[in-house]
Amino acid sequence: MVADYRYSYVKQIRTDLSAAIYPLQYLVSLPVQTGQWLSQNFSTRGQLLNEMAQLRERNLLLQVSLQKYEDLKSENERLRTLLDSSIKLGERMLLTEVLAVDLDPFARKIMINKGTSQGVFNGQPLLDAYGVLGQVTNTGPQSSTVMLITDPSHALPVQVVRTGLRTIAMGMGATNRLKLLYLPNNSGIKVGDLLVTSGLGGQFPAGYPVGTVAEFTPDIGQPYAQVQAIPSAHLERNREVLLVWTSEEKQKAASGGGEEKP
Amino acid sequence: MSRKKHHGGWVILTSLLIGLMFTIMPLPSWAVAWRPDWVALILLYWCIALPQRVGITSAWIVGIFEDILTDTLLGQHSLSLICLSYISVKLHRRIRAFPIWQQAVGVFVLMLLSEILSIWIRSLLGAQHTDWSFSYPAISSMLLWPWIFVMLRDIRRMYHVF
Repeated sequence: MVADYRYSYVKQIRTDLSAAIYPLQYLVSLPVQTGQWLSQNFSTRGQLLNEMAQLRERNLLLQVSLQKYEDLKSENERLRTLLDSSIKLGERMLLTEVLAVDLDPFARKIMINKGTSQGVFNGQPLLDAYGVLGQVTNTGPQSSTVMLITDPSHALPVQVVRTGLRTIAMGMGATNRLKLLYLPNNSGIKVGDLLVTSGLGGQFPAGYPVGTVAEFTPDIGQPYAQVQAIPSAHLERNREVLLVWTSEEKQKAASGGGEEKP
Repeated sequence: MSRKKHHGGWVILTSLLIGLMFTIMPLPSWAVAWRPDWVALILLYWCIALPQRVGITSAWIVGIFEDILTDTLLGQHSLSLICLSYISVKLHRRIRAFPIWQQAVGVFVLMLLSEILSIWIRSLLGAQHTDWSFSYPAISSMLLWPWIFVMLRDIRRMYHVF
């Protein structure tokens, strides 16, 4: 156990054994997947038409906002070249599915059906449609384990959009909340402030939404205020999530992977 | 370990695999804390019924697999399962003589012991626990024990595992 906690060579054993055990996990998540497949196949024509209309509408809206995004992106790039700054926005995404298995009840972890054979590496960030989800902590050939941002041992460097203030978001375990650390009582945070990743740890790409501030309790007796945030990613209700490769992380992976916690 | 002496090892193996599958079966969130310790229950039965076949070594191997399945520290489940199997192999004659409800109480104590061991390891790793929710699996395991016991005994007799 000490060896697993302190040294990395045990990780290789874990990776090998997790390949052996993947059929078991697949078997357990099979009924859920079959149920979904059945409900997709036997939905009525009306439902399908309805859903299609909704999706078409959404697609239109998204495309309109995308036009604006393209414009802004080119403008941004132009301005950056003017300033000689070298931030790259190039990111590769891969859609993965969450396996319907329960892991350790005391940690906040999920299992995904992509592994090292698809290029997944330890410390790789995961997103969903609404924000940052977590990072990969263990990889197997066909599956990997993801630590969610609400896990009590997960810390994420974030930034308040309105004020630019940097802080760290720690998970709180069972409650679906994040705890913001080391914020002084007069830091000027308001309930409803949006938090985004600051990209300072080097682990997560900058600028993705993390959550909104839900509670701000200044505590005169303590040096720091107690601030809680609700994650914007739908941590409990996801079936499909996105793995992200940024150009910087690729280099990092080549040089032996990042640290476990930022 | 000659082929003549033992029989039906695949039954033990399959029951343990099914136990592992139940361990990672998705449950509604209110029931997660109450999930019985399937692997420990099944292992406990085999330790009491066939102490010459299932013991500390099998407990260790199964525990390692459980650790990988639930992504806990390698050896965490192993340690609690080893303690569990050691005690039950040592006391198997006495436990066999108990009536079934008394066995269930014994199972509760053993499960609580293994839960306390794993909570101890978790807190060494920095986890914080303030409530008694870690004892819920022991309670649900105790309630399940009579059924597990009867079921596995019938299976053992049906397939002549010895």
